[in-house]
Amino acid sequence: MELITLRSIEKTYQMGDIAVPVLKGISLAIRQGELVALTGSSGSGKSTLMNILGCLDRPTAGEYWLEGQETSTLSTDERALLRNRKLGFVFQSFNLLARTSAIENVAMPLSYGAEDLSEREARERAAEMLGKVGLADRLDHHPSQLSGGQQQRVAIARALINHPPVLFADEPTGNLDSKTSEEVLQMFERLNTEDGITIIMVTHDPKVAGHAKRVIRMEDGVIQNDAPPAESNPETPGGAP
Amino acid sequence: MRVYSTARTAFRALRRNPMRAMLTTLGIVIGVGAVIAMMEIGAGSSTALKKTIASMGANVLVIRPGTASSGGVSFGAGSTTTLTPEDSQAILRECPAISNATPMVRARVQVVYGNRNWVPNAIYGTTPAYLDVQDWSILAEGEPFSDRDVLNGNRVCILGKTLVRELFDGTSPVGKEIRIKNIAFRVIGVLTPKGANMMGFDQDDVILAPWTTIKYRVTGASLSTSNQSTAAASDSVNTLSNLYPATQGDLYPKRSSVQEANNPMPVRFANIDQIMAAAASSAEIPLAIEQVGAVLRERHRLRAGEPDDFNIRDMAELTKTLSTTTTLMTNLLLAVAMISLVVGGVGIMNIMLVSVTERTREIGLRMAVGARGKDILRQFLVEAVVLCLTGGAMGIVLGHGGSLLVKLLLKWPVETSPAAIAAAVLVSAGVGIIFGFYPAWKASRLDPIEALRYE
Repeated sequence: MELITLRSIEKTYQMGDIAVPVLKGISLAIRQGELVALTGSSGSGKSTLMNILGCLDRPTAGEYWLEGQETSTLSTDERALLRNRKLGFVFQSFNLLARTSAIENVAMPLSYGAEDLSEREARERAAEMLGKVGLADRLDHHPSQLSGGQQQRVAIARALINHPPVLFADEPTGNLDSKTSEEVLQMFERLNTEDGITIIMVTHDPKVAGHAKRVIRMEDGVIQNDAPPAESNPETPGGAP
Repeated sequence: MRVYSTARTAFRALRRNPMRAMLTTLGIVIGVGAVIAMMEIGAGSSTALKKTIASMGANVLVIRPGTASSGGVSFGAGSTTTLTPEDSQAILRECPAISNATPMVRARVQVVYGNRNWVPNAIYGTTPAYLDVQDWSILAEGEPFSDRDVLNGNRVCILGKTLVRELFDGTSPVGKEIRIKNIAFRVIGVLTPKGANMMGFDQDDVILAPWTTIKYRVTGASLSTSNQSTAAASDSVNTLSNLYPATQGDLYPKRSSVQEANNPMPVRFANIDQIMAAAASSAEIPLAIEQVGAVLRERHRLRAGEPDDFNIRDMAELTKTLSTTTTLMTNLLLAVAMISLVVGGVGIMNIMLVSVTERTREIGLRMAVGARGKDILRQFLVEAVVLCLTGGAMGIVLGHGGSLLVKLLLKWPVETSPAAIAAAVLVSAGVGIIFGFYPAWKASRLDPIEALRYE
């Protein structure tokens, strides 16, 4: 079943009088349970595509179907609800709330959800999620007391608290050393294979992209290459520093 | 649950920077504290002021008999003889707006003690309630006469300070006997000095005694019956009295002494010179006048359309002074309160704006995980309100403590006012909403993509 379908998505930014096209007609289909890496040099439009996929932004033209729902016509509030229910986000800089315990960070999205959980239910669910990412003994630690890898795992737990079908990761290992990067990526693979969560990663690191089952390379606002990593890998070492 | 969790989030957010939260609320703390302190001290002074003015007789109504006239000749104010002590009791009983009432008879006769004599300005025959009506209950010496003294017509009296000076040379008169028109009265108390009233009338040049004693033992008539009109009627100077006899022949046969003893005639009709009544408060004076009028018209059996046989007067001038002073005081306090709260509110707005800028990434994140604009708006609004309410609570404590300190150290009259506290809470919440709205609205309008990218 196709979870995400893009049909000739275009995005144009208006800089004063000049219209700057960033995405020039992108068509794409992602099935449920895929682990996709979105790569490309900076300015290739991968972040813009990510924002549109994450329902943070609206395309200028084209259709975006998410789980059989056309999202480009939704209002701001409807898209907020959609993000809450169906999408999870993991950022490069973790974006945890400072001086707030891990469990409260994880429970935060619940307060915006449609379902009305009690304080205790919310905490239980958050604790369960933290257990899943291996932080059951760090519930009341503040972000400053956690290592980078642990912080990113808290962020993953937060992204998954509403059991979304899709998880977006924007440079998830950009602020981590290679060892913890590996841990986080293995966790993504596990979530993908065991829980069947569709994961879409934005990265420019070929090693990270190597963990994906499918790599989409963007170039100048269009998809340049869409293939499993084995095929895209030989090209990247030359371009990578 | 949702409100609760929003409030919790707000508390948590504020706790993240306690020093700044404290400094921010300082404006509100000082504002509300000043308001509470001002309100309490102001209310205390206002009450004290009201009391002072009330002690001048602002709430007092004077009810005097109306004008009698005979053959086109008016006998002047207070010449009818229809006002009775029972009227006074009825007024007290039946008018809810009247807190006390007392009948009064007046005399102006010579008073003798030893080899000294004096004619006081007024000798008032009254009841103990007079002291309450005039707010004169605290005596300088001795004690007031009682209702029993009034019923028995006991010869006891209370002297004003001027009389003590004139008759006793300033020594204590309590227990001594003075003679009023050759009747011996025992002095049982001395009034506190009151000085002159607004018309320059020496209020201390006065003797108070039970009205029964004055009426039946001293004057034998009310003052009004001894004025020129009735005096003329009783003295048989009128040469026409033989032609037109003032007395009529008896309608019924004269009763024998046995009949008199068996069926005593009803108590004799005792008219009095005036009734003094105190309204429950200065605001109720118009109501009190209306009620007293209705009661007296009914008691005097006046038909509709028939003019009143009595006059009711109030101290309008004093009442006006009272209300003007109170309004002025209230407005002054309100102005001060407003200024301090606005200053506090601007401080809150300032810090909330800083906070929104500082937490742009947090706002972006919250939006990314599904917060709608109104969720963000509510969060920051609640935060501002929590800040203001906390400040308000601290301000109440501070203000109340301050006013207690003033009471303790300066001995100023202070009055705790629950209304002021409730108003302070409401106003501080209001300040939070008004001044917290703009920053919160600004936060809610942020674009999540920009906010997430914000450094």
